[in-house]
Amino acid sequence: MARAATTADAFNAVAEPRRRQILDVLAGGERPVNDLVAELGLAQPQVSKHLRVLREVGVVDVREEGRQRLYRVNGRALKPIHDWVKGYERMWSERFDQLDAVLQELKDKEGDGNAD
Amino acid sequence: MLTSGTAKVTLPTDEQILIMREFDAPRHLVWEAWTNPELVKRWWHANRGEVTLVEIDLRVGGKWRYVMVADGGFEVGFHGEYREIVPGEKLVSTETYEGLPEDVSEEDGTTVNTATFTEADGRTTVTLLVQAPNKVSRDAIIASGMEDGLQDALDLLEQVAVSLR
Repeated sequence: MARAATTADAFNAVAEPRRRQILDVLAGGERPVNDLVAELGLAQPQVSKHLRVLREVGVVDVREEGRQRLYRVNGRALKPIHDWVKGYERMWSERFDQLDAVLQELKDKEGDGNAD
Repeated sequence: MLTSGTAKVTLPTDEQILIMREFDAPRHLVWEAWTNPELVKRWWHANRGEVTLVEIDLRVGGKWRYVMVADGGFEVGFHGEYREIVPGEKLVSTETYEGLPEDVSEEDGTTVNTATFTEADGRTTVTLLVQAPNKVSRDAIIASGMEDGLQDALDLLEQVAVSLR
């Protein structure tokens, strides 16, 4: 499937390393912005800016609880990205599984050689 | 955490792909399997077809070319040139996909791949860093492996954390 039409949204939003870090933290659960500031060691305006981008593409959701705003990952919006890298990763996994078999054979051969 | 059996793919920058995997074999054997044409033929296909040609001229400036006939019947070829060779440790080469659309320049279709091999306790970790000329090219390379991944029904939230790490 072509993914050209979707590159303008979630793909671009997570291309930025800091935003990926934010998603990493949020993947562990809902957090207020102050937690993210503490974990990332960034100034709050920067974190807020990144959160705004992530919210605009729907990758992060927010809700109010009392005086706090809590941010969380929206897994559904991340699914295309997940699939995208995963397919590539699977190709390499299968390639390397074959390599395992070749290596086993080389090890066996070398073992035989040493025994002689 | 690197586990044998699964290649770990991460995207360190907008132009890069990093592939890592540990193998239960000493470094010199991984190097052999990586650079001996007859052995490359046996693993490079990734279960997606048959590797019909592997040419490796293993010296700086030497050329390489791999051709595979995919299960669907179409032929895909890749070629490049060796830039740096540290036997058993490091291999830097260019890689150009031969099926580029006509409007894509050769430069945009060429990556610089750095494979490094490190051994610990008889096991070897291979890291393959793919440096693309730009983000569009990088993204296209990843998308090339995608068709297979679409049908997955994975537990999403668990996987999100892994794929973004």
